[in-house]
Amino acid sequence: MKPERIVIFGATSAIAQAVARRLASRGARLHLVARDPDKLEAVRADLAARGAAVTTSLADLDVVERHEALVAEAFETLGGLDAALLAQGTLPDQAACERSFDRTLAEWRTNFIAPASLCARLADRFEAQGAGVIAAISSVAGDRGRRSNYVYGTAKGALSTFLQGLRGRLDSTGVRVVTIKPGFVDTPMTASFRKGALWATPDQVAAGIVAALDHGRGEVYLPRFWWAIMFVIRHLPERLFLKLRI
Amino acid sequence: MRDAEEVLPWGNYPRVRHAAIVPVYWRHQPLPSTTGTMLPLGLARSYGDSALNEGGTLLATRGLDRLAAFDREHGVVRCEAGVPLGRLLEIVEPHGWSLPVVPGTAHVTVGGALANDVHGKNHHVAGTFGHHVARFELLRSDRGRVQCSPTEERDLFRATLGGLGLTGLITWADLQLRRIPSQWVDVETRRMAGLDEFFALSAESAAHEYTVAWIDALARGGAAGRGLFMRANPALDATQPPPAARSGIGIPFDWPAAVLNRHAVRAFNALYIARGGGQWRRSRQPTRKFLFPLDGIARWNRMYGKAGFLQHQSVVPRADAASKLREMLAEVARSGGASFLTVLKVFGEREPAGLLSFARPGVTLALDLPMRGEATLALLERLDAVVRDAGGAIYPAKDARMSPATFRASFPALEEFARHVDPAFSSSLWRRVHA
Repeated sequence: MKPERIVIFGATSAIAQAVARRLASRGARLHLVARDPDKLEAVRADLAARGAAVTTSLADLDVVERHEALVAEAFETLGGLDAALLAQGTLPDQAACERSFDRTLAEWRTNFIAPASLCARLADRFEAQGAGVIAAISSVAGDRGRRSNYVYGTAKGALSTFLQGLRGRLDSTGVRVVTIKPGFVDTPMTASFRKGALWATPDQVAAGIVAALDHGRGEVYLPRFWWAIMFVIRHLPERLFLKLRI
Repeated sequence: MRDAEEVLPWGNYPRVRHAAIVPVYWRHQPLPSTTGTMLPLGLARSYGDSALNEGGTLLATRGLDRLAAFDREHGVVRCEAGVPLGRLLEIVEPHGWSLPVVPGTAHVTVGGALANDVHGKNHHVAGTFGHHVARFELLRSDRGRVQCSPTEERDLFRATLGGLGLTGLITWADLQLRRIPSQWVDVETRRMAGLDEFFALSAESAAHEYTVAWIDALARGGAAGRGLFMRANPALDATQPPPAARSGIGIPFDWPAAVLNRHAVRAFNALYIARGGGQWRRSRQPTRKFLFPLDGIARWNRMYGKAGFLQHQSVVPRADAASKLREMLAEVARSGGASFLTVLKVFGEREPAGLLSFARPGVTLALDLPMRGEATLALLERLDAVVRDAGGAIYPAKDARMSPATFRASFPALEEFARHVDPAFSSSLWRRVHA
């Protein structure tokens, strides 16, 4: 059954916006959670103008102490919940993190601790109602530690592992846990990167995420060819991998 | 920020480098700080250098693709400047509304349509895009945010309609939509023998919503001006939704220049005209297919090869239009330059919406010419001379080479416009024509 009541955390990200438009166009009811009031209002107004039923909550998701209340609010506002998409995240400055471990910790809080906390709370409620979908945006960067962005990779790798375990725990409870692993996506987060043939648009990735919300299981690479690329990357012998200097 | 960025205009000429392309994602954010000048860029469908800023910064507005409000009762939509017209149509048409004016492609942004004050096949009844803009917000380097409408900041409003992106960054605009009875049009097509018939058919069809003629620019002498005349009205009794747009075919790479030569164009033209017949042929088409005939072929501009092509769109006053058009068509035929798509239309009498608006009372002719170096540029300069002599104008959105003298002659309000240019904004075209 396609989810009709959906909460999106990190709703002002480019991928989240594209997912929300697709869900809105088929009549889903959305509850959006994000930190920046101007951006959240711009996204809400866009979806409302397209005819969607949208509500919002303003929250800094780094503050995990609020998560219980935020999840409860999503259930209340939508009159129950069918699915949650976790789309918050940052792309840490690797060099800056190497200079400051405090900064590394802060990035892990944003990219691992916070989404894991939300997943844990959603899992309990979904398990209790015997239904629900948790889709969290991890990254291909979590598949293997690379010198160029291993602080980000560590957080995403930890998130993927956490989701894998959660999936095992909720197996045969009626709850689906889907790990979304996008490759390179042309978003504000990657605005400073030179774009090549491997880059996808937020809307291309969003189409895959909507399909994952509907019937996805396990880990979903988006676009799908990333599965093959990461299969090779994961299986390269360490000595060869180090020579790639990526 | 990326460096040394190349953006190709639709004509693939000229090819220039930019210091940076800075994406703009949120309408409430300030302008970026840049060392050189900046210029907003939408979907890069301008043919020449009007959306390029060599050595400077481009503000990529595609992330500004949100609606802010849609009043379904009164048909007013407030949207960000980077919304593509095609997307906007997909949202408003199911509610019985449409854009009153669209150009020949849906792949342009609201900001681009406004900044070029684009026109369509219904200019004679609906004017230009700018005539239906109720309000917009401009983000300027010297004044911050300024809301402009026909009554508020009127001078800046008129400078920005058709202002080629030079008056500041348009963040959002309010567009007045119009009711449509269906998403279909009833089209009538017939062959026309020459320019006299074109004028007769245009007069006879003035009550039709859409009129346009497609002519064979290679025909000489008595056959000059032969082509097809098309007119259409919205279908009143069509109730079914149009077929979903297919992703369609595309041109995946630049064709070798030899493919689209004079013989190929001649054969194509002859074939096309043979389809016309001497009587009106009637058909019902999805409105989008009729209005955006080439959008079904992704990247059709690659047919002209790596060297690119130049489009020459002019308007000449109605009074001696026939002789001026004959002069221009004779120049093109004499040069042997193959114009793949040659379009002719009589504009309506409505006063232009903006200071630099191209569309004005008169007759417009659009020619495509493959870029073959000096010979092509010389031919276009000869065409410009005819237009200047007639008191006409050249369309900047399609230009990559007109002289400052031609630009001045085309836009009498030029100096008034120049006073409204944002001090931090510039473009390759602007430096070229207003040195």
